[in-house]
Amino acid sequence: MRDLTAKVEVPSLETASLPRTRFALGRQLALWSVVAAVLLVLPLLFEQSFALSMLSQMGIAVIFALSYNMLLGQTGMLSFGHAVYFGLGSFVCAHVLNAIGAGALGLPVTLLPLVGGLAGLGFGIVFGYVTTKRSGTPFAMISLGIAEMVAASALMFPAFFGGEGGIVTDRVVGDPVLGVSFGPQIEVYYLIAGWCLLCMIAMYALTQTPLGRMANAVRDNPERVRFIGYDPTRVRYRMFCLASFFAGIAGGLATINYEIVTAETLGLMASGNVLFMAFVGGIGHFFGPVIGAVLVSYLQSALSTYTQAWLLYFGLFFVIMILFAPGGIASLFAVHAAPLRHGLLSRLIPGYLLCGAMLAVMLLGFIALVEMLYHFEQGAALGREFNLFGFHVDVTLLKPWLVAGAVFAVGLAAFLFTLPVVKRAWAAVHVELQARDA
Amino acid sequence: MEFFAISMLNGLSYGLLLFLLSSGLTLIFSMMGVLNFAHASFYMLGAYFAYQLTGYLGFWPALVIAPLAVGVLGALTERWGLRTVHKYGHVAELLFTFGLFYLIEEVVHLIWGRAPVDYRVPAVLDFSAFTIFSTSYPAYRVFMMAVSVGMLLSLYLLLTRTRIGLIIQASLSHPHMVEALGHNVPRVFMLVFGGGCALAGLAGVIGGNAFVTEPGMAAAVGTIVFVVVVFGGMGSLAGAFIASLFFGAVQTFSVALDYSLLNLLDVFGVSVERTSGWYDVLSLSIAQMAPVLPYLLMVLMLVVRPTGLMGTRET
Repeated sequence: MRDLTAKVEVPSLETASLPRTRFALGRQLALWSVVAAVLLVLPLLFEQSFALSMLSQMGIAVIFALSYNMLLGQTGMLSFGHAVYFGLGSFVCAHVLNAIGAGALGLPVTLLPLVGGLAGLGFGIVFGYVTTKRSGTPFAMISLGIAEMVAASALMFPAFFGGEGGIVTDRVVGDPVLGVSFGPQIEVYYLIAGWCLLCMIAMYALTQTPLGRMANAVRDNPERVRFIGYDPTRVRYRMFCLASFFAGIAGGLATINYEIVTAETLGLMASGNVLFMAFVGGIGHFFGPVIGAVLVSYLQSALSTYTQAWLLYFGLFFVIMILFAPGGIASLFAVHAAPLRHGLLSRLIPGYLLCGAMLAVMLLGFIALVEMLYHFEQGAALGREFNLFGFHVDVTLLKPWLVAGAVFAVGLAAFLFTLPVVKRAWAAVHVELQARDA
Repeated sequence: MEFFAISMLNGLSYGLLLFLLSSGLTLIFSMMGVLNFAHASFYMLGAYFAYQLTGYLGFWPALVIAPLAVGVLGALTERWGLRTVHKYGHVAELLFTFGLFYLIEEVVHLIWGRAPVDYRVPAVLDFSAFTIFSTSYPAYRVFMMAVSVGMLLSLYLLLTRTRIGLIIQASLSHPHMVEALGHNVPRVFMLVFGGGCALAGLAGVIGGNAFVTEPGMAAAVGTIVFVVVVFGGMGSLAGAFIASLFFGAVQTFSVALDYSLLNLLDVFGVSVERTSGWYDVLSLSIAQMAPVLPYLLMVLMLVVRPTGLMGTRET
């Protein structure tokens, strides 16, 4: 039980590049400048208000997912209750913001996320003391217990949590400072982008510190860590507190962005969501959760407008990722790095195209089946006839079911049939790579 | 007195139901070292299968077929899901069952909709068994207790008196030795996982109509079952039994007790002003605290005694 994550293959970016990063301050600077430039330019590329609020949401999610990965990816602690610190930070910020609005407190809104961070840190210090005493599965269960406890008490203390309706607030307080009132969404976006950049740099820098290194050691082999004179519990506790701090910052930004905080933000659903983001992105790489946060936020907003079944697709996507790509999307990129360097990527592409096309056919059939099932079961609410991929479908007839089923079955068979092509291509590339290494 | 007797009986039947769930969970845990997050989802599937089958075949066939179907599903999950992710370690296994938990809930939404389904107590058992003081006690509750106790007794006998039970027990502690003796340990794992899921399914069949059969039932019961298993000591059947009965009683009593700290202070002659900042906290009654109580108790237990009630392992 002790080696909870020992078997997870974590192709670590840090250990591989340790000697280089020391001397590559310039490279680091260049990397973060690019990130800053991207954050700066993004809202100019997408001008619609929908895109802007989406980008703001992504920025918050990126901080949150990265802070989660400090637990799971870096220290090997699987938490089911990380949203507690996000949510509590969010609630505290809402109350502070209301106090600022009432003139009881003088604090610039720009610094409000810091208040959220400190609130997250405070609760992290209290709850983390209990949680981090254990590791492995008990840790996961205690984090779940605390999450349930906080979520259940949200309805017990309506003065703080605002009951069912939550706490409403207004981010436009006082006079504009240098023309910034945080009224328009674009100003909020830049606030979030700024904090996002700061937090990303801080969290990356943390991975390079002795504490960050020891956290990795605690993840991989706590017994050995104890042997060389460190206390794994203390390392876990510190990482937990810091992760809660960054989660609180994300929570504070969420308060400013949405101007409402409800008990849902600290529930099990929210905790599961951040776990999903970090895992899908890839917990073994620093930037994995960033990919996950951006992708998942986008999919959630986009899919939920199209289909009722989006949670089902999500769950399936998650389970399939765990089964076949436990390193997340980042690891999918990582395995292609070597072929790319040696110019062998072109050998893999034909197989991918073929297999991908078959996969697309299978997915088409599958999605059609699921959507039809939804419309069949909830016909009263959704209507039994609807438009699917441009076709008019009546789910009470047999024909569409047969067609969709056939498309799915043919796609599945073709996919399984063409999979060996990809496998053969990979085997050939491996042989070639080994030959070049030798 | 009447309240106490009725609550005690209700607590007992609920506790036994919890033990049907937690026994499977704790067996699976001690064997594979992984807590099955989706365990309560199999409980939910049991209830829905029984609801569907009752419509076609009646309650009694459903009582047998639904748990078996859930057990087969569980075995398939182990064979094609868990065994695949096993090589990636316990985190991946736990995450897999977590994903499964969401997936099953969504599939239930997809097939049976979001509203509760009309799964009822069979007419044969819908009468009053006996009367305590002035309250009549439903026969179905007695039936629930009988099924749970019967099932658990046979489980006990299976584990201690039969050959397969001995192999299971040996695989718990010394899987490599058992394998060396020529037994197919992965298959034993699959059987135990399927068996545990079947027990959960049975709990769903008899619990689904006593309570409510709805898509949220897995989440509602699931976390309580975790609390029971952690509280009783992970991997300990006896601990799970005591904790199940204890939490069954806690859950039943706490929702009905309308006392708060204010009442306690009253006894000592202390009164708190309504305007005091502490009033909100002190006036919380036990009934209001009921949803939080199990988690609070679990956290307290872990602080005081990290192995749980009867557990032997630290982690």
